[in-house]
Amino acid sequence: MWRLAVIATVAGAFSGLFGVGGGGVMVPLLVLWSGYGEREATGTSLAAIPIIATLGAVAQGLSGNVDVPKGLLMGIPAIGGVLVGTWLQQQVSPRWVSVVLAVVLVASALVLIF
Amino acid sequence: MEIVGAIAIGVAAGVLSGMTGLGGGVLFVPGLVFFLGLSQLGAESTSLLAIIPVALVGAWRQNRYGNVRLRAGLTVAALSPIGVIAGVLLANHLSERALELSFAAVQLFFAFGLARRALRYKAGDG
Repeated sequence: MWRLAVIATVAGAFSGLFGVGGGGVMVPLLVLWSGYGEREATGTSLAAIPIIATLGAVAQGLSGNVDVPKGLLMGIPAIGGVLVGTWLQQQVSPRWVSVVLAVVLVASALVLIF
Repeated sequence: MEIVGAIAIGVAAGVLSGMTGLGGGVLFVPGLVFFLGLSQLGAESTSLLAIIPVALVGAWRQNRYGNVRLRAGLTVAALSPIGVIAGVLLANHLSERALELSFAAVQLFFAFGLARRALRYKAGDG
């Protein structure tokens, strides 16, 4: 329980600072620190993200920073993508989830550094 | 062209989200800047909106596959505002560059841990 509280705090902090849902923090911590399998960690992360992202979107929306049509233009096609992505995840070894996530984290870190 | 690019990035972000449990912001933010002309702040804020339907549908599918620990997920979500407040306080005391470099360091640390874990899977595990 206290580990979940730490994960929540760290994910919330990064979400507020960088406009992300917090999944890039939640999934690695659930896998490496809380002993979740990759599929469980990613599924649990996706369950938490809508609430975290809604709080952030409402806060930013009140400040007039959210472009709703453009958000939907990217968000609605992504629904089709996530149906494929979740299906695909069940077809491959969980190790590939770790590999893909590690690659994404490195790419994202490099973008932040340079 | 911009519309096609935006839709393509959207689909790619969705696939990545389903595969890795991220919300897709890592692709939405650059996509919104590059194809739809938003500022960095506008893109980060709008990305949060785009993430909501993706993660909701992803969580629904993962629940059907038996991969969601709902109580843990909701606990993390419920406690996350504490972190958001902590983040805002930190942002007031640290430079943006220091924040970017710390986040990058955390991401590289996680990537190292995940890569090491992936290498340790035995051949028989898949």
